[in-house]
Amino acid sequence: MATTTQAVRASAVKHRRMEQSSRARSPRDRALPAYYWIVWPAVIAFAAFHTLPVIVGIFFSFTNYAGYGGWDLVGFANYVNLFRDDRILQAYGFSFVFAIAATVLTNVISLAIALGLNSKIVGRNFFRGVYFVPYVLAALVIGYVFQFIFSNSLPRILSGIPLIADNILTNPDWAWTAIVALAVWQACAFSIIIYLAGLQTIPAELYEAASLDGASTRRQFRSITFPLISAFFTINVVLSLKGFLQVFDPIVALTNGGPGTATESVSLLIFRGGFTGGEFAYQTANAVIFFIVITVVSLLQFRVLQRREADF
Amino acid sequence: MTTATTVPLEAESTEVTARPSRRRRGTPDEDTRRTNWWATALIAVCSLTVLIPLYLAVAVALKTPEQLASGTGFELPWPIRWENFGQAWERASFSTALLNTALITVGSVIFTLLTSSLVSYAIARNMHRPFFKGVFFYLLAALFIPFPIIMLPLVKQTSLLGLDNQAGMIVLYTIYGLSLNIFIYTAFIRSIPIELEEAARVDGASTWRVFWQVVFPLLAPMNATVGILTCVWAWNDFIMPLVVLTDPGSRTLSLAQYVFQGQYNTDYTVAFASYLMAMAPLLLIYIFSQRWVISGVTRGSIK
Repeated sequence: MATTTQAVRASAVKHRRMEQSSRARSPRDRALPAYYWIVWPAVIAFAAFHTLPVIVGIFFSFTNYAGYGGWDLVGFANYVNLFRDDRILQAYGFSFVFAIAATVLTNVISLAIALGLNSKIVGRNFFRGVYFVPYVLAALVIGYVFQFIFSNSLPRILSGIPLIADNILTNPDWAWTAIVALAVWQACAFSIIIYLAGLQTIPAELYEAASLDGASTRRQFRSITFPLISAFFTINVVLSLKGFLQVFDPIVALTNGGPGTATESVSLLIFRGGFTGGEFAYQTANAVIFFIVITVVSLLQFRVLQRREADF
Repeated sequence: MTTATTVPLEAESTEVTARPSRRRRGTPDEDTRRTNWWATALIAVCSLTVLIPLYLAVAVALKTPEQLASGTGFELPWPIRWENFGQAWERASFSTALLNTALITVGSVIFTLLTSSLVSYAIARNMHRPFFKGVFFYLLAALFIPFPIIMLPLVKQTSLLGLDNQAGMIVLYTIYGLSLNIFIYTAFIRSIPIELEEAARVDGASTWRVFWQVVFPLLAPMNATVGILTCVWAWNDFIMPLVVLTDPGSRTLSLAQYVFQGQYNTDYTVAFASYLMAMAPLLLIYIFSQRWVISGVTRGSIK
């Protein structure tokens, strides 16, 4: 009996609260219906074509689905097998070595060129335009041009260097450097523009004051330029590493993962195994791990780089 | 993939925007520094790394196979063999691919501009309401999910829905573009004084009319940015057409180069003519609107 009254009282209180809250959100506070009519279709479309595939993918990663035919739930078997699979581990190894090398080179080169473009030079706008050209080219198509350079032109021009004379793309140990060259060549276009925009936010007075105080150019870079563009540095490093970890087009254009599986990135492996290797479920599990890896790496980078930013 | 790299650029750049002084170093009128000839020389030499591959693409495309076989590829082409382009056009069924790519790119740009701006407007004007804020972060979170994650299930879904064609590509670019575009638009829309809209509303205009007649025209600079980013992405994308499109008749330019390369991988002169034709449209547009494109992309990333 007591409990019933309590329940009734409780529900009455709840009711009153609901009334209150609905009164609080009277028409004034609720958005116009038109806004909901705009946003809901977008949310539904996005959920259907983005969130749904994510969820379906996570579900199938716990099955043994081959991409066709029937399937059974297998628990964490795919995930356990991933860590014992040499091909998977090699793909992660390649992707990380590639991404770190490409990120370092992209940022060093872009920053250097942005500094050059930001100093007083002749034909500044022309050169800025030239350096941005790779951005509008398809990585795959310009990649085929690079493939010709590495496999046909360079062996003849630099026939004295054994590594290059034998076509570096067929060398299992060094083919990745050619892919780095192509990826960096293209990624620099965008990074240069970002660094240049960053450099242009630095007021010229700072340099004038510094040079009056007798600071050398190197000192000015270390104490003024770099600290003031460190936010741009963080963005560029995080984004390039994230992009390079997912490398796909340049590899397809240059080596197609070869020789053997020496230059197979995680994206390429997911694509190959998932579509032609009958490993649908296995590669979706790989994709889930890949997502976690990329997110963790990006977040770690942000923390490390931002802490360093704060030091200045 | 490249465009995917550019995509989440905004993620943290907002904090950068507040720098008060935007004085430009290096604009000719206020720059009193002496011309730096060392830097000029260095920049000029380095720019060759960009120009040489492009020169090679042109040089090889104009050669005869015999000429190519006898040299490194960098020699000036003589006599010029224009037939390479004709052959490439036929063999790669270039006209179909060009038409498909143009259709997909134009369609994606138009739909993206119309929908992303509208959705951003609805979100930006209601950011203080939990529902809209939630939607904003929900869409934004997708920037962290790389395409390979959704690739395999997505392909099943598009073929099931009959969207493994050009129309499907337009739908996908429009929807996947939302995340970044909303980020670009909302910050800008919130800087537009709301009084403008209120004035229109007092005159009896509906939300719909307020948006199209008052807000949308004001979004012109952001429309340019979003349009350029979408255009470059849709035109050059390779991985999405590769996995989604099934019918050879719906192939895009990048995909056609991929297939062509697999079939005639030693016929370099014709292949290069084909590559050149695939890159030419965007390259030409870029050359004629260079300054505009660069400022558009910069605005998208720095604001």
